[in-house]
Parts: sequence; structure tokens; C-alpha cells
Amino acid sequence: MNLVYAFAIAAQMGCGVYLLLSRHGMRILIGIVLLSTATNLLIFVAGGLRFTAPPVIEPGLQVLAAETANALPQALILTAIVIGFALVSFAAALMLKTYRSVGSVLTSDHVDAEALGSPFDREAPRNA
Amino acid sequence: MPEFMNDTALLWPLAIPLATAAICAAAWAYPRAQQGASLAGLVLTLAASLLLLDSVMSQGIVTKQFGGWAPPFGISFVADRFSAAMVVISSVLALAAGIFAIADVRRRQVKAGFYPLFQGLMVGVNGAFLTGDIFNLYVWFEVMLIATLGLITLDRTRAQLDGAIKYAVLNLFSTILFLMAIGLLYGVTGTLNMADLARVLPQTEGSVALTVSAMLFLLAFGIKAGFFPLFFWLPASYHTATIIVSAVFAGLLTKVGVYACFRVFTLLFEVNDGGIRPIVAFFAAGTMLFGVFGAAIQWDIRRILSFHIISQIGYIMLGLAIATPLAMAGAVFYIIHHIVVKANLFFVAGAIHRATGTYDLRKAGGLMKSSPLLAVLFLIPALSLAGIPPLSGFWAKFMVIDASFRGDMAWIGALALFVGLLTVFSMSKIWIEAFWKTSPRKVARVRAVPVAMLVPIAALGLITLAIGFNPEPLVAFANVAAATMTDPAEFIAAVFAERQIAGATP
Repeated sequence: MNLVYAFAIAAQMGCGVYLLLSRHGMRILIGIVLLSTATNLLIFVAGGLRFTAPPVIEPGLQVLAAETANALPQALILTAIVIGFALVSFAAALMLKTYRSVGSVLTSDHVDAEALGSPFDREAPRNA
Repeated sequence: MPEFMNDTALLWPLAIPLATAAICAAAWAYPRAQQGASLAGLVLTLAASLLLLDSVMSQGIVTKQFGGWAPPFGISFVADRFSAAMVVISSVLALAAGIFAIADVRRRQVKAGFYPLFQGLMVGVNGAFLTGDIFNLYVWFEVMLIATLGLITLDRTRAQLDGAIKYAVLNLFSTILFLMAIGLLYGVTGTLNMADLARVLPQTEGSVALTVSAMLFLLAFGIKAGFFPLFFWLPASYHTATIIVSAVFAGLLTKVGVYACFRVFTLLFEVNDGGIRPIVAFFAAGTMLFGVFGAAIQWDIRRILSFHIISQIGYIMLGLAIATPLAMAGAVFYIIHHIVVKANLFFVAGAIHRATGTYDLRKAGGLMKSSPLLAVLFLIPALSLAGIPPLSGFWAKFMVIDASFRGDMAWIGALALFVGLLTVFSMSKIWIEAFWKTSPRKVARVRAVPVAMLVPIAALGLITLAIGFNPEPLVAFANVAAATMTDPAEFIAAVFAERQIAGATP
């Protein structure tokens, strides 16, 4: 069972890294989404995957019964999903704004930061 | 009242910036009110962090369990000497930046949310320094990341958007790696509390998952801190931000990555086993060398300084690579010195821009005649960065390099000395071009530098001089801090002591 999950996560991460290496801004974004969801799955599997009872304390008992699921990985994933969603939406907004002001989502056209104060600027006088 | 303050000392460096951020956001339409609230908040944060340092100095490690959950189940906050010192020095830097902001931040930037984001960044930074829970550290990293993304795109120019994309993608990748490392670590140990991890991990049998987790931690923090093969996002983005944002980033962000690296590789993993030491040593050497080489070709002051951040990170990593108490003390000293000096140099760059209208050294000039005070104020951090005695950088470099010769890593010590020479080259380049030569432009429009810019530059310069002429107290402090770091027993005892006080059943 774990092996199936391991291969699925590996495949998803591979796709994520492949997209991340692209020159197209949107593909990079989708690559990040794939990687972060694959990481959530990784936490899920690392926390232990078993068919067990839900982690709810039965009426009359003080503690969890034996053989119940571990609730912590799910709490971690929930936090990670929320944070990941916020950051990905910001990145998407950033990409949209860049597309509107530069006119391209290809990173090969994003040269403004590199041109700012470039050492190869021919306009600038050298040791006047 | 004193008892209450003593009990809650750990929370104020976090609560005050958070409240200030909320107040600044509420006063969105009133820039003056935001400025006042921000300054008041920064002064209070500094006071609170000094209080925290005082209680750490007097009672040893201070801990706090949130919600009364006994460790390792709840989220712990822990302040030892190292983290308290980091909180103090970042509060000092934040206050200096807050004063600099009076003269430098434009109305449009305030409208874009400078003050709330700046305070939000301080929340993230202080949280990362004080937390004792590895997953909570990830959350603070993300708080920091979202605030920095807002700050870097303050003007929304094309260059800033371009820089922000590079910054965002690589830093998101780094936090994903961090999360993976946490997931694997949790899978092996079943706990996330750093003190509990420090207790459990030495008894855990080594496994592939643990090794992979350690490597992922190293890579994730390496991207954050700007290690050698992973630093390319830093010089691609830092120079696009407005100068005050660059100064705060330069002083704090990479150092949070370094801090996390030191925490994880002293408390959780040992540098000595698992072949981590040669990797860290290789990273440190490459970081020092390629950072300084990158700086040598640049003509823009901000780009020169950005590359120098990387180079200096190498020196700090050198301390971790050697991992003797002496080297750790050197690294602690180096981080404190470096935060002050590097931010100060960025502030000076802002003043140079104000006076000459350009960051480009080819177009600047003549500042020696027009603002001699600025020239003196530049020399203090510049010579300190290069490690000229008797300034603070000399003692920092001396401690680290001395440790490398004693710790059987002479080759890296020799490399560090060579890199120091190239640092002198870069600093004298700024000196010759911006201050010494006559201005290349026909109409020299030299504007006066406002007092609000000179005050923080002078104050940070004074700290550099004070450390330089009287290094003994800080060296002693760094030695004690390093001793606490290299011996996790004290850290573990401090976190778990709470349980007995609370009277919970074991």
C-alpha cells in the first residue's frame, strides 16, 4: 500500500519539478502547486497509513482508545494547505501583474531586474 | 507587575509587532499615524527584547508552553542566549530602519502598505528566532515570506515584479523542501518539538529517511541563507527593492536561514556524523569565494553589497563546518556583527543615492568634498566588513579563522583570508568611485543627506566601534551561547522542566 503511494508521490513530484524547470510562468506556478500537494501527501504517508478508527474519544472515556488514527499529520497538512494556498494565490497575482506590465509570461522576457544597474551597461561612463 | 513581565517576557517581542501591524493596517488612510505607531512599536519591541535578554542572562533558558499543553504535545517557545541575542539585534536594526524610513519612505509606498508589512516581517523574524517547535518554525518562515513578497513589490515597477518572481519561486521551493524534511522527520520520530527531537534522535537508529531529512533541511535553509550553489535568487532580487527594504532583508532574512541551520544542526543532527561536515565545509568555501567574485564585477552599489551578503554567509557557515565550541562562538559573534554592518552599508547606499541621485558607481562621485561626514560613516562599516582591525569585523574574522586553523581545517582558513582581501577590493572600489573621484556629470547636483538618514547610520556605526574597541563582553557572551548550543542537555532540561512545575502526571 505504502509503495503505491510512494510511486504516486514520486510521479507527482517529478511532474512538479519538470514544470518548475519550464520557461513559462504559468507552468512554473502549476509546478509549485503540484510539488506542494505532493509534499502534503508525503506527510500523510510518513505519519503512517492504516485502516483504523477515527481519533474521537468515546463518551465515558478519558483518553483515546487504542488503535485509532494519528490526528497530528492531518492537522499539519491542513496548516500546510492553508499556507500553500495563500502563497500560490499571491504568486498567481504576481504573475498576472507581471504579465500586464511586461507583456509576457516567458521568463526569458523578464530581464528588467537584471538590467537594473547591470555591469554591462554600455551607456554608463566608465572611470570618467 | 515585575513578576508578570518576567512570566511573559518571551511573548512581547512577538505580540508588540503583531499589535503594531494591526494598528498600522487600521490606520491605512493616515500615513502620519502609521509612522508614529510604527516607531512607538519598534521602541517597545526593542525594550521587550532587552527585557527578554536580561531574563535569559539571569535565569538561563526561558520557555513557554502555549495553551498549557505539556511538552512535547503543545507548541513550545524557547529563548536561549543565542536566540535572545538575535531578537535584540534584529530589534535594534528594525528601529534603525524605522528612523531611516522617516526620510526615505514615500507617500506612495506607505499607501502600498509599507508599515503593516514591515511590522509583519518583524513578527515572522522574531517568531522564527523564539519558537521551539520545528513545524512552527515552518509557519514563521511562511509569515516572513508573505511579508517580504509584499515589501519587495512595494513600487510595482517592472524590475521589482521580475525580481519578486525569482524570489518567490525559489523561496517557495525552499519551504516545500523544508516541509518535506519535517514530514520525513515526523515519520521517523513521531514528534515535532525540538527539545523532544533532541532527546529522541540520538537513540533512534540511523535510517535513509533520517539522512534524506537532514539533507533536505540543509538544502531548504541553504536556499534561505544563500549558500553557494543555491544563492542565485538573492542578487537577482535584492537590488530591485527600495533601499530600506533591501537593508532590512540584508540584515535579517538570510540570517534567519543561518539561525535555523544552526538550530537544526546542533540540536537535531550532528555535523560530525553522517558526512554532513565535508558538505557544509564545501558549501562554506564556495559561498565565500563566489560571493566575493560576483561582487568584484558589479558597478551598482546595491548589487555589490548583495553579493557580499553571500560571501559573509560563507564565514558564518565556516563556524558550523568546524563545529568546535570555539568556532560556534565565532559564528555567533559573526552573525551579530554582520547584521549591524551589512544593514548599515545598505543605509549608506541609500544616503549616497540621496546625495548623488544614483546607485551606479560609474555615475556617482565627489562625495568626499560635498559630504565628508557621510564618507567617515561609510568607512566604519566598510572597513569592518573587510575585517580591518580594530573594528568588529576583525574580531569576528579572527575568531572564525583561528578556530579553523585549530580545528584542522587550515585550507578553509586560508581561503577565508584570501576572500577578506577581495572584500577590501570591493569596499575600496565604492570608496574610490563614490567618494574620491570627481563627479563625472557636468552639473553636480549634490543634495543634502537628511538627519533622519544620518542618525541610524551613525548609531549602527557606533555599535560597530563599540564592539570593535571593547570586544571582550561580546566574546564572553558568544562563548557561553556556543556552550549552550553545543550541549543540548540544558535545552532539553529547560523545556521539560515546565512539566514538573505544572504538576502533570508523567
